Formats: sequence, structure tokens, C-alpha cells
Amino acid sequence: MAENSINKDIVKEENLVFKKTGLFTDKPLSYCPGCGHGTAHRLVLETIEEMGIQSETIGIAPVGCSVLAYEFMDIDMQQAAHGRAPALATAIKRLYPEKFVFTYQGDGDLAAIGTAETIHACNRGENITIIFINNGIYGMTGGQMAPTTLPGMKSSTSPYGRDIQSMGNPLKITELVAQLPGTYFVSRQAVHTPAAVRKAKKAIKTAFENQKLKKGLSFVEIVSNCNSGWKMEPVQANQWMVDNMFPFYPLGDIKVPAEQ
Amino acid sequence: MAKIKGSIVVNIERCKGCGVCVPSCPTTVIALADEVNGKGYHYAYMANPETCIGCANCALVCPDAVITVYKMKVNE
Repeated sequence: MAENSINKDIVKEENLVFKKTGLFTDKPLSYCPGCGHGTAHRLVLETIEEMGIQSETIGIAPVGCSVLAYEFMDIDMQQAAHGRAPALATAIKRLYPEKFVFTYQGDGDLAAIGTAETIHACNRGENITIIFINNGIYGMTGGQMAPTTLPGMKSSTSPYGRDIQSMGNPLKITELVAQLPGTYFVSRQAVHTPAAVRKAKKAIKTAFENQKLKKGLSFVEIVSNCNSGWKMEPVQANQWMVDNMFPFYPLGDIKVPAEQ
Repeated sequence: MAKIKGSIVVNIERCKGCGVCVPSCPTTVIALADEVNGKGYHYAYMANPETCIGCANCALVCPDAVITVYKMKVNE
């Protein structure tokens, strides 16, 4: 049925508009259906491909759902201990200052166990790029409450919803690092609609270009869904994200360098 | 008048049937198939191929990058 609907006149090499970037390896992504990680991976890889820096880029994979990022990205990668990706990226960037170094971290990695490394790397203004995927939950381990879990949001360790009195407030780490003098560019994006994907791509590209100009640390948060952790269908989870996550984590550039 | 006609090719075995592409399509081309692929997912396919304009919105939001998009100008 699907094969029959392909129009042989249109499907030709010269009419190609969009295809999967060649920087993906042949491994199928291990993420749940509809997970924003796949789109975020693709945007990072497309940026690297467009800038022609495949052989000069070193990525740092985190611990979390995206722990296997090095299996999917056809670039040099390291895998850091839980939360230590910014520290490892600092070391690599200092040893190879001409390389492009980025970390790819989830909210459990960056905003919980790795808070100290994140804040100090941002404060030192290391010339690296941090891609932060925020889905408000520990997706890999079974949907436990994360520092970024919204007030009242249900997770497997807050089954009646996050209670601020006993469980504390969610951490807006992106706003936090934007206050630090070392960060040059801080932005929050999403990947749930085509328009959001285009904006996120632009932000990621800016973040990598800043590294080329040796401007300091660029930090891009991507608010994502976790349909398995949230116990929703992918499309429904995206809608829930728009209704609940975006009022708390508003999209847009948080810190942009002043015009020259 | 020249018209833009598009077409998508879905890598059926890699599609996870999340359905994120379905609401992203401005001309309601895509639907999830009744059949399943080797992994048991209802894969995406072109239900209304004649209305596709090759905008690549579906490919942009596809988390697994299984959609390839083509488009061409045709003179009516």
C-alpha cells in the first residue's frame, strides 16, 4: 500500500528536498517513539554537517536516555560519568582548543547530579557548547521526579503530584546560568512543531558558531516530551508540553550578546 | 499555472509510528497505516499523495529521520 503511493516522477535525486543527514550512523535510535531526543540529535548533526566540522568535533555523551548518543552520531565522542560532561568537555577543549566540543545532556544529568559541574563550567566561561534536553523527568530509569519536574506533576516518585512543601521547587537552571558572566549565549527552544524545530536549529547553529569565534559558553536548552515517563501518547504529550511546560519554561533567547 | 507537487518516502522499517508527523502536515497527506512493520508499529504513509506540496514539515519533526522529501514543479 505504502509502496504504491510513491510517485516515480517526483521521487528523483534532483527533486530531493530533505533527507536524513549522513552524520547519523546506521543504528536505529533507541529512543521511545516520538521522543524529542531524535530530533535534537538530528539538529546537532545537521549543524555539524553544514559547518563542515565533522572531523573537528568532539561530543560528550551523558548518562541518561541519551547515554548511547555516541552510537548514533558519526563523530568523535566521549562518554562522561554521570553529570560530569561539562568537566570532561573543559578538559578536552583545553587540550584541543581548535576542536569544537559540545556536551549533550538531559535534565537528570545536567540539573541534578551535574549541577556543580554545569554551574562552574558556565561561570568559568569555557568555550564549549552545552545542549540541554529538559523533559522534566528521569526518563531512562522509569519516570522518577527530577529537579525540573513541574509543581503538581505526577511521576513515579511523586504519584500524587510534586508537592512544593515537601519536595521543593523546580530548578530553572537555564535562567540560573544566564546570570553568570561566563555564558555568552543562552537560549531555550523546543522541537515539537516544524517552526520550533527551525528556531531550535538556528539556536544550535549560533551556539556552535560562537565557539568558532571563541566567545565563551553557549547553552541551549531544548524542552522536550517524555511520553513514556508522562504516560501519554506522543502527540498528546507534545500538547501537554505546550499547555504545562511552556508557561513554566518559556521559549526564546534568554541571554543574547549585545550588538557589536 | 505551475504547481508544486511533492512526495515523501518513509523508511517503513525504521518508522516507530509515533504520529508526530500527522498533525504537522498542512495538507493532511500523512496517516498511520493499518498494517504494521517488522517491529509492530503502525508506520506513516501517504494517504493522500496528490495533495503533498513537499514542504518537509513532516521530515522536520520526525524524531527518527525516516522521512525523505522530494518536490518538483509541474505545469498543468
